[in-house]
Amino acid sequence: MSTNAVPVATEQYNYGIVKKFAIMAMIWGVLGMLAGVYIASELAWPFLNFNIAEITFGRLRPVHTTLVIFGFGGSALFATSYYIVQRTCQARLWGGKLLPEFTFWGWQLAILSGVLFYMAGYTQGREYAEFIWPVDLLITVVWVAYFAVYAMTLVKRSQPHIYVANWFFMAFILATALLHIFNNLQVPVAWNSLESYALFAGVQDAMTQWWYGHNAVGFFLTAAFLGMMYYFVPKQAGRPIYSYRLSIVHFWALSFLYMWVGAHHLHWTALPDWVSTLAATFSILLLLPSWGGMINGIMTLSGAWEKLRTDPIMLFLITALAFYGMSTFEGPMMSLKSVNALSHYTDWTVGHVHSGALGWVAMISIGSFYHLIPRLWGTTLHSTKLVFVHFWLATVGVVLYIVSMWVAGIGQGLMLRAFDQYGNLAYTFIETVSFMHIPYVVRAIGGMFFLTGMLVMAYNIRMTIAGARQPASAEGHDAVAAAAR
Amino acid sequence: MKHESIEINSGLLIVLTLAVISIGGLVEIVPLFHIEETVEEVDGVRPYTPLELRGRDIYVREGCYTCHSQMIRPFRDEMLRYGHYSLAAESQYDHPFQWGSKRTGPDLARVGGKYSNEWQTQHLVDPQSLVPESIMPGYPWLLEDELDYSQIEDRMIALKRVGVPYSQSQEEYDANVEQFGQEMADKLHVSNATQVLEDQAAAEDWDGKPGQITEMDALVAYLQMLGTMVDFSKYEDGHFNQFR
Repeated sequence: MSTNAVPVATEQYNYGIVKKFAIMAMIWGVLGMLAGVYIASELAWPFLNFNIAEITFGRLRPVHTTLVIFGFGGSALFATSYYIVQRTCQARLWGGKLLPEFTFWGWQLAILSGVLFYMAGYTQGREYAEFIWPVDLLITVVWVAYFAVYAMTLVKRSQPHIYVANWFFMAFILATALLHIFNNLQVPVAWNSLESYALFAGVQDAMTQWWYGHNAVGFFLTAAFLGMMYYFVPKQAGRPIYSYRLSIVHFWALSFLYMWVGAHHLHWTALPDWVSTLAATFSILLLLPSWGGMINGIMTLSGAWEKLRTDPIMLFLITALAFYGMSTFEGPMMSLKSVNALSHYTDWTVGHVHSGALGWVAMISIGSFYHLIPRLWGTTLHSTKLVFVHFWLATVGVVLYIVSMWVAGIGQGLMLRAFDQYGNLAYTFIETVSFMHIPYVVRAIGGMFFLTGMLVMAYNIRMTIAGARQPASAEGHDAVAAAAR
Repeated sequence: MKHESIEINSGLLIVLTLAVISIGGLVEIVPLFHIEETVEEVDGVRPYTPLELRGRDIYVREGCYTCHSQMIRPFRDEMLRYGHYSLAAESQYDHPFQWGSKRTGPDLARVGGKYSNEWQTQHLVDPQSLVPESIMPGYPWLLEDELDYSQIEDRMIALKRVGVPYSQSQEEYDANVEQFGQEMADKLHVSNATQVLEDQAAAEDWDGKPGQITEMDALVAYLQMLGTMVDFSKYEDGHFNQFR
């Protein structure tokens, strides 16, 4: 091709697709967290439901979870995995222009139509798998294309060695395919109906759903984000990964163990005890590979700790790992049957999820994006100071969120099992609801902090991209423009 | 074999990863379909009538499961508050299951019969009018919207495909008569569905609006059935512990 193009990167690699997914991740992130703040506020101030069907808590809650997990998280994973696989394989993304573009438009269509359907009242009624069957089919096709693009890029790599980040992304792609297919086996009411009934019922359905549900956490929200971590932490730190051996051991252990633990969501239910005991056992074992990943990430910074004072991106990445360590300790503890007896069905679970989702998933993505986006557009960040502001808004937000949910969850759990001196129940259910009002208000405020941080980030990114387009015309933006110059 | 051979071979990496992630699910899920004790034998559990079925569809549509569980655990406080712990058999016709994972509101597994139809309707329209501290949204549209039961037969046939014993042939009907009694078997016969639904809506004044079949009729009929199928007084205390 052209010989005078400045940074070879744009021609050698397909950055256009990475940029698109990154921008959509930001948009879905802001919208999804806005939905989260709104439903949190509905629980604190129920008049916000306004008797409008489309925005009642029951319909908006899947909108929130879908937008943040699949919209924000999913798009961030597409963006970073497409970037990392090209960089570490030193090969352009396979599939020409068309196939990666198809994964982009297909995924965005699935997210958008999925949440509009929920608001209109079309859902499968399965947590984190509420997409109706036509959207499920679309996702399946997109996912097959994603697998093909990813695997074929690995195959045509010019590096002999497959870098560890890619193992995690590959495990994520394979596991998500497996989970998505088996948890969405449905029989439509009619070929032209959007409604369907699950193939399985009762116990078997519950087990399948939580095998899916917890591994959506394990592979979508953990393994894949570890892939992100394994690239961006060493890059930002300017140091190699702490232990290669540790990454091998914890990769295989994590992949193997996660698939066993889903049933800890079903302790003390009508699920046979042997399954939930197995799940609890493996949940405890899972602490080891989880912490293996955390240690490997954090220790990568050893010898360069002073970066935490000066580099807010590093601060995001390392704090994310710290939250990962914390929630992967809390998780096994909550999977103990005796602890679970109290924590299950309460807001403790909600707090736990968010220490992982906000503290780990969102923060590692945010740190990675601050590293990635200036490089994609061939420029520097508009403002490092705003990254510091964002960091503190996010951290205060997560802490408010988690602490208020501990209070709400443990408080409600204790109240529900309290007896008076005559052996009668000490509290009615509604008394626990009244008790949770203040924690719910604090939680909503915590969410607002986090959302404000995202808006600061969106502004910073917007200005960064705008700055890149102005001075040096199209540097790093478009290969054609660069060649023409 | 050195680990390096996996690191330089993408095909091997994919195959081994797939093998490793398949084991957990295979060991824990597949046996549940084969072990007989997974779902205990209990008298009384039956498929939902057409009206209850439509009510359940609305329950799923509105995302009630995001705040209410339908799974009572075997604890003293839960049994005092909600009743006998839930049995696997009680959700054996639930496609999908609605055990839930969060109790922002109370468990509903045995809410049937606890309150009057009038209370349920009023509570769904305006929860705070009955429970001032409640944070539940109001669902006034359920009382306005006519119930759409045009596809009721398709719905029952779809559920029959996934294993719910609604009957279409004489043979299936006879089997239902034997298992559930003639009165119930008539209600579970697909070709009767429309008539059965209308009769059940008219028989009890579920929503306080006789002469009109609203979504409220269906939802209240569903709620009033929840947890009432098994007559626990027929079993000795602790009878079901053997299945845990």
